[in-house]
Amino acid sequence: MLRGFYCNSTKHSIMSVDKSTVARIARLARIHVPEDRQEKLSAELSGILDWIEELNEVDTENVEPIASVTGHSLPRREDVVSDGNRVDEVLANVPETASGFFVVPKVVE
Amino acid sequence: MSNLVEGRTGEWEVVIGLEVHAQVASNAKLFSGAPTAFGADPNANVSLVDAAMPGMLPVINQECVRQAIRTGLGLKAEINLVSVFDRKNYFYADLPQGYQISQYKQPIVGEGVLRLDMPDGTTREIGIERLHLEQDAGKSMHDQHPSKSYIDLNRTGVALMEIVSRPDMRSAAEAAAYVRKLRSILRYLGTCDGNMEEGSLRADVNVSVRRPGAEFGTRTETKNLNSLRFIQQAIDYEVARQIEIIEDGGEIDQETRLFDTSTGTTRAMRSKEDAHDYRYFPDPDLLPLVIPQAEVDELSAALPELPDQIRDRLTGEYGLSAYDAAVITEERETAAYYEAASAGRDRKLVANWMTVELFGALNKSGQTLADCKVTPAALGGLVGLIEDGTISGKIAKDVFAAMFESGKDAAAIVEEQGLKQVSDSGAIEVMIDEVLATNQDKVAEYRGGKDKLFGFFVGQVMKASKGQANPGMVNQLLRAKLDG
Repeated sequence: MLRGFYCNSTKHSIMSVDKSTVARIARLARIHVPEDRQEKLSAELSGILDWIEELNEVDTENVEPIASVTGHSLPRREDVVSDGNRVDEVLANVPETASGFFVVPKVVE
Repeated sequence: MSNLVEGRTGEWEVVIGLEVHAQVASNAKLFSGAPTAFGADPNANVSLVDAAMPGMLPVINQECVRQAIRTGLGLKAEINLVSVFDRKNYFYADLPQGYQISQYKQPIVGEGVLRLDMPDGTTREIGIERLHLEQDAGKSMHDQHPSKSYIDLNRTGVALMEIVSRPDMRSAAEAAAYVRKLRSILRYLGTCDGNMEEGSLRADVNVSVRRPGAEFGTRTETKNLNSLRFIQQAIDYEVARQIEIIEDGGEIDQETRLFDTSTGTTRAMRSKEDAHDYRYFPDPDLLPLVIPQAEVDELSAALPELPDQIRDRLTGEYGLSAYDAAVITEERETAAYYEAASAGRDRKLVANWMTVELFGALNKSGQTLADCKVTPAALGGLVGLIEDGTISGKIAKDVFAAMFESGKDAAAIVEEQGLKQVSDSGAIEVMIDEVLATNQDKVAEYRGGKDKLFGFFVGQVMKASKGQANPGMVNQLLRAKLDG
């Protein structure tokens, strides 16, 4: 089931990222952020979001959303096999392999 | 038909919704040119895009887009001409990108509907909420080493269609019927091979229970079930577990659960904390997918006839029962076989011969229709011989058995083995006279009022004819001789 959230802001609200949100995002992103850095990051991130919030002052009534300024549409490829069979390259940077597999610490549920 | 489950404290209604992951039938992956073939050497079907090497960019495979549109049309669903790919962020060893490219708020296909024909002859409509395209993940093997997991990325990036139903099902049997019907439609369309053993079709099952008519209860989601039997087992287990917890005064936790195939039970995933915080955002590597209406129209015009359409013709025009029609139309090949075999014949008789004798023989010998030596024309020929009175239905069973063994035509077997039905009244009368002459005591008993002996005489005459006498004529002539 689809759950979670988009990182888009609610119109005309002042965004703030509190310390616990910083800690949570850091954990989800697997980035180690020491306790004493969290307060500072909270202020920085909130500042960035507030700055972006200024865009809400622009009147976008009746303006179509755009995803690209180039006017290009999503390019498509033909359904043709043109790649693969490069196990050596795929595994070239891998610390540990066995019989063509990646070998990682056990991640069993 | 009541689907309610009896608990200690009264009746419960089961509410089920399914998310089916169907692997798109395509040569190459969703965003790379690596092959999708099953059973390759580990990591042989992997491009540098799939391995998420820095700087690699996804380019969408247009056949995957078209397969999703075809599937949407087959589910009578709305096709969204603009859809968006998003990143679903999570960390796992078999997900090298650190995110799955999926579709969140704007899927390619919106609401549709799927019709179920239940064995008791009733019909149910199950709502389809959406269908979106997404990448499959790789495969982890945990049994190769005591402290390590082995990762194969061959499946990474293969296109999946996630097909989400409304919570419209009310029993495990309905859930299984839904998956069977969905698989049938996908196979007719050629958009997914539906092979559950190879993992081409897998289901996540959302289950909750409530008092009849009450609000929805809290649901659990049991993930990654790859057989119809496991789907039903997981539902039955969850229903019993949830009812027991609630009746004991407890509450259901909304959680993701895993099914243990060896015990038929489910258990909570350990890593459930934060598991659903995927922080979706639009993938900056991919522009929105814009589909011209003309492309949808073109695909729509080229769609094959689907099981519901064929089923309606079978029950309407041909007069088959809903059950026979559902059995015959489940697989495209079976429906095509039936159409060919029954053309110009008694449609109902051919349906009986297919569902009883042919399917029975296939089941018994472990064959499929594809390996079967009896061609549609040959089965039609056999029914033709029954229709025109050349052989009786009873003899036809022996002829069919010989056809199934040898692949010969019915007419040839009848000729070779001299099985032609005797419909010559003179010849039958001779046999009857012989039977009556050798059983004079029984004739006297019969004439003295023992009516039940009539069957004995019929049996004796049929035996004397080696089963070849026309049973209708035997009855008629025998009655004339005995009663006349």
